[in-house]
Amino acid sequence: MGLAGFEVEIQRDGAGGLATEDMTLSMGPQHPSTHGVLRFVVRADGEVMKEALPDIGYLHRSIEKIAEKVGWHGFMPYTDRVDYVAAMPCNQGWAMAAERLAGIEVPKRGEYCRVVASEFSRIHSHLLSVGSMAMDIGASTPFTHAIREREYINDLLEEVCGARLTFNYMRIGGVAWDLPPAWREKALAYVDRFEPLIDELDDLLSFNKIYVERLANVAPVTAEEAIDWNLVGPNLRGSGVQFDVRKDLPYSAYPDFDFEVPIGTGERGTVGDCYDRYIVRVREMRESCKIIRQALRNLPAGPVLAKVPRNFKPPAGDAYVRLESARGDMGWYVVSDGTSFPYRCKIRTGSFAAISLIPKMSRNLMIADLIAVIASLDLVAPEIDR
Amino acid sequence: MAALDAAAVHARLAGRFAGAVGALAGTRPDNACATIAPAALVEVARFCKTDPDLRFDCLSNLSGVDWPKREVIQVVYHLWSYPHRHGFVLKADAPRDNPVLPSLAAVWAHAEWQEREVFDLLGVRFEGHPDLRRILMPEDWPGHPLRKDFVEPEEYHGISTSRESLLKA
Amino acid sequence: MSLINTAPEMALTTKIDDLLNWTRKSSIWYMMFGLACCAIEMMQTGGPRADLDRFGMAPRATPRVSDLIIVSGTLTLKMALRTKVLYDQMPDPKYAVSMGSCANCGGLFQLAYSVCDGVDKVIPVDVYVPGCPPRPEALTEGLMKLQEKIQQERWLVRKDGAAEVA
Repeated sequence: MGLAGFEVEIQRDGAGGLATEDMTLSMGPQHPSTHGVLRFVVRADGEVMKEALPDIGYLHRSIEKIAEKVGWHGFMPYTDRVDYVAAMPCNQGWAMAAERLAGIEVPKRGEYCRVVASEFSRIHSHLLSVGSMAMDIGASTPFTHAIREREYINDLLEEVCGARLTFNYMRIGGVAWDLPPAWREKALAYVDRFEPLIDELDDLLSFNKIYVERLANVAPVTAEEAIDWNLVGPNLRGSGVQFDVRKDLPYSAYPDFDFEVPIGTGERGTVGDCYDRYIVRVREMRESCKIIRQALRNLPAGPVLAKVPRNFKPPAGDAYVRLESARGDMGWYVVSDGTSFPYRCKIRTGSFAAISLIPKMSRNLMIADLIAVIASLDLVAPEIDR
Repeated sequence: MAALDAAAVHARLAGRFAGAVGALAGTRPDNACATIAPAALVEVARFCKTDPDLRFDCLSNLSGVDWPKREVIQVVYHLWSYPHRHGFVLKADAPRDNPVLPSLAAVWAHAEWQEREVFDLLGVRFEGHPDLRRILMPEDWPGHPLRKDFVEPEEYHGISTSRESLLKA
Repeated sequence: MSLINTAPEMALTTKIDDLLNWTRKSSIWYMMFGLACCAIEMMQTGGPRADLDRFGMAPRATPRVSDLIIVSGTLTLKMALRTKVLYDQMPDPKYAVSMGSCANCGGLFQLAYSVCDGVDKVIPVDVYVPGCPPRPEALTEGLMKLQEKIQQERWLVRKDGAAEVA
């Protein structure tokens, strides 16, 4: 007995298969990931993407315009919010730009305090990056380990400057406060405790078959592409380019320290794939521990803050300062017109360039791979949108 | 890999593009710059990228600065060379009442999004840009916020942009 | 210590509203709506030290299954329109906690041209948690205040004199 009167019309294309259509998905701006408010308009044929177009601006807080309104000293808290995951280098960038314009020299002890704070911030940021990358891929335990370790670093930095996340520790001319008594010993003890935990993270993740297969050979970026699109930091080093602002354009107290710069070598797949960008971050955490030990063992005596007038008026001109934040080479272009308010402040961040490369990287990847790519580029929305 | 200092870079550019390259300005390696005539900007940029002695393969930063007193909007290009490890700064001025500059998106891929941002926040139109539209502000936002004469709108889609002070009685 | 054979069989009496509210406040599922810096502190609050899971609060990805939206971070005007859409997608009864200065009143970004000064311009807020960012302890206290608020709600007996459905 047939189903008379119940006809279903099936469209067929010429080859006899079913006709299909591309699907347009909007991923975000609210999504269960730690990278912040980003939106991707994904055009997909089933599970395979044709293109993932980023739509940004959901966290544009006009930080650059606010610089023109609050003055040189008053802008320091806003710099924390430019990249809140690793806030110390952002403080340092603004301070260095103002110092370069006015020709101020920071005392040696202040520079060492800056280095220690920045390196702790780098570990802080890489822990979150690696932990949330694991969570995005599906492994939820390493994320809790990372959050647990971050709490200890939060405690250490809170003792130094009073805040857990948006530090506002550095000032133009140095740092606001000297290290508290007995902090040095606590910090060294913590670093000794933390280094074996990186091995634990490696055991859980880096050599895990599922994790490697999710990341190896996914969206490789060649060195030429990385340079043309201005990828920086671990993204650039993952593609095999040996460049670190701390070594190649040394600033602050970094020339005094001995550390290596890990680069990606395609050990599990192709050079410049997601795995390389991930493993560079893990290795950088070890190098940061080395730097912190050297800095704290050789801490010079002296003041931590140079004398800078309260009504700070650097001479007219412009300055472009580059420093190595956790997400890479961050550029601060600051224009002064001789008054106590900056004329223009432009912050060029690594995540802005990284997200612009996603339409090209995401062709013919699966939607699940898009998540791995976003996580491996270590995007944070405040850097992109400022 | 030989790093050139700013004077040598400027000499090479001025020697090749005699009329279009302005005088060397700036006092330090990070702000040594030359102003380029907009008509020659793409040529100069391509030369900077491909010339073997310069090899500026990376556009490190592209920013716009509004100078209402000089009646220009200036776009500043910070260049960096990974092979030679040297840098230079190019500047281009666009008239403030009709700011148009040629796009460098075909020379350095990073310029594409940076130019969109300068268009969005300062209103400079880049000719030859593949996809010039707002990037940070919503599509229907009125005006260009980073201009010095920008006035904040009273409300946006029914949400007012001001808030009464909580300290008032 | 075992309770078996140590007490006579007994019944527990309580008001139905109290029992309902106790179960509801002990299982608030919040939507992960982390916008900015406060989101990191919200994640730290959900982490091992200041654990939110002991209150029964679990993070959920979509608004359709959440009871609570914790607006953590700066709300830009572009995002404010989407926030309204997300809040409308949450099923009743729903609550909103505004975490941090930016969500309370715009915070230090009141000078900005693109920031919505406070999430209460867009959605009704139950609890405001001040801080920049609030410590995990502060957020926990805010959520406990929300629990107190939930405990006082009346479902069976209402003072507004709503008529019974015949």
